[in-house]
Amino acid sequence: MADLQSQDYIRRSATNLTPPSVRHHELEVAKLIDVSRCIGCKACQSACMEWNNLRPEMEEFNGAYENPHDLNPGTWTLMRFAEYEDEQGNLEWLIRKDGCMHCEDPGCLKACPAPGAIVQYANGIVDFISENCIGCGYCVKGCPFNIPRISAQDHKSYKCTLCSDRVGVGLEPACVKTCPTGAIMFGSKDDMKDWAGERIAELKERGFQNAGLYDPPEVGGTHVMYVLHHADKPSLYSGLPDKPHISALVGAWKGVLKPLALAGLAFAAVSAFVHSIVSGPNETTEADEARARAEMEKAKRNGSAES
Amino acid sequence: MSYPKGTIVRNSTLTRVNHWITGLCFVLLTLSGLAMFHPVFFWLSNLFGSGQWMRALHPWLGVTLIVSFLGLFIQFWRDNLWNRDDVEWAKSLDKVLDNREEEVPPVGRFNAGQKVVFWGMALILPVLFVTGILIWEVYFGGATSIETQRVAVLIHSLGAIGAILIWITHVYAAIWVKGSMRAMLHGWVTPGWAHRHHRKWFQRLVATGSPGPTPDSTAKFREH
Repeated sequence: MADLQSQDYIRRSATNLTPPSVRHHELEVAKLIDVSRCIGCKACQSACMEWNNLRPEMEEFNGAYENPHDLNPGTWTLMRFAEYEDEQGNLEWLIRKDGCMHCEDPGCLKACPAPGAIVQYANGIVDFISENCIGCGYCVKGCPFNIPRISAQDHKSYKCTLCSDRVGVGLEPACVKTCPTGAIMFGSKDDMKDWAGERIAELKERGFQNAGLYDPPEVGGTHVMYVLHHADKPSLYSGLPDKPHISALVGAWKGVLKPLALAGLAFAAVSAFVHSIVSGPNETTEADEARARAEMEKAKRNGSAES
Repeated sequence: MSYPKGTIVRNSTLTRVNHWITGLCFVLLTLSGLAMFHPVFFWLSNLFGSGQWMRALHPWLGVTLIVSFLGLFIQFWRDNLWNRDDVEWAKSLDKVLDNREEEVPPVGRFNAGQKVVFWGMALILPVLFVTGILIWEVYFGGATSIETQRVAVLIHSLGAIGAILIWITHVYAAIWVKGSMRAMLHGWVTPGWAHRHHRKWFQRLVATGSPGPTPDSTAKFREH
């Protein structure tokens, strides 16, 4: 795999040392998904399968265009279709391309126990390095967007790589390349924000007063952003979290308990050692044996006296 | 199993085998669990072949442990019931720690410290088992909500740290009180050991003419 080099890591799972970053002039990238321009053709979903050599099982029709019905180890991006009736009684078809958001503060990486199984490159892409993955499923618990899926075949976790292999050699992600309406754009995060600003202004002119950019600050911003016509209610778009954040439970587990537990275990071990050198062993003495013998003989005498 | 003449049986062969199966599982679970808990311990995963192997083995070790511990529980719970002697013994903990055991009130087969270890494990291990099942990705990954699993993994970690702290106490006590290790490895103790550490147990055995470990087991044996 044409991997970005380890010098480009700015975060690495289960690692206490900061990875070296020699090449520090790395531009932060972002994918911008303009929901208002999406026609739901699923070309991005197909392109993703094609570039990444994925062939997920086709599933049954269940009354909506979603197929498969959920992300899975072979479906790293999925078109989700929601029917929404607005205040005026108009039907709006809200179509959203779901997949990894590439958080600036990735919950999956925070939760991951395997060193180097999840990394973040200086350009902002969060990538799973499969050879290091142990399949524990902790990334699933860390993710605020419910994205990673564990394969039942090789017990490794999978999600969108933002085509890190393509981006590493100067190409845009496969979904971006294939999108026929220009609903998916890719570039530097700053450029994408500028472009989104123009689009949002246009949407507001068209009457979408709450149009806005989805770049949730609770996870430090994301490297996949949405232009939404209803940015005040992201959950309309097939449950996009209104305020995504790494669960406080994960924070307690990985932030508080980890160092505290280590200190506790070290304290217990050191205390035991100190007790050993201060008080020494508790040994049974000859006097104890003599006392025990005396009691046993006394009992024997009483026993024989009875019989 | 025959024991040296003039000694007292502290743990039957069944108890010892049962104990060491539990102990082996516990140690392996601790090593693999710590490796998955904190990066400074991740190298321990190499002991299990690889991270993937470790992740796969850990829950099975847990299942073995809970079954094995149930065996210990059945054998030990009666002698671990809390009584007045334990309160008196606990009040003299400073003397216990100072090895002045002659001044400590006598206790039965187990002292208050051992009972805390027993009940601590009896409480924590089932919690670890249940929360462990909930986060057993291969079989139960989809059985509960992610939020439930977040709660489960936090409780699992907390419980594991508690169990490991108890285990450190347990192991150190066995090293500290000479003769305890032999009692669990080979099953027997000297009368002086029993008199020094568990006088009421010793006296009960002497009064019933039992070779140990409990007067009841001898009584049953005599019926046949």
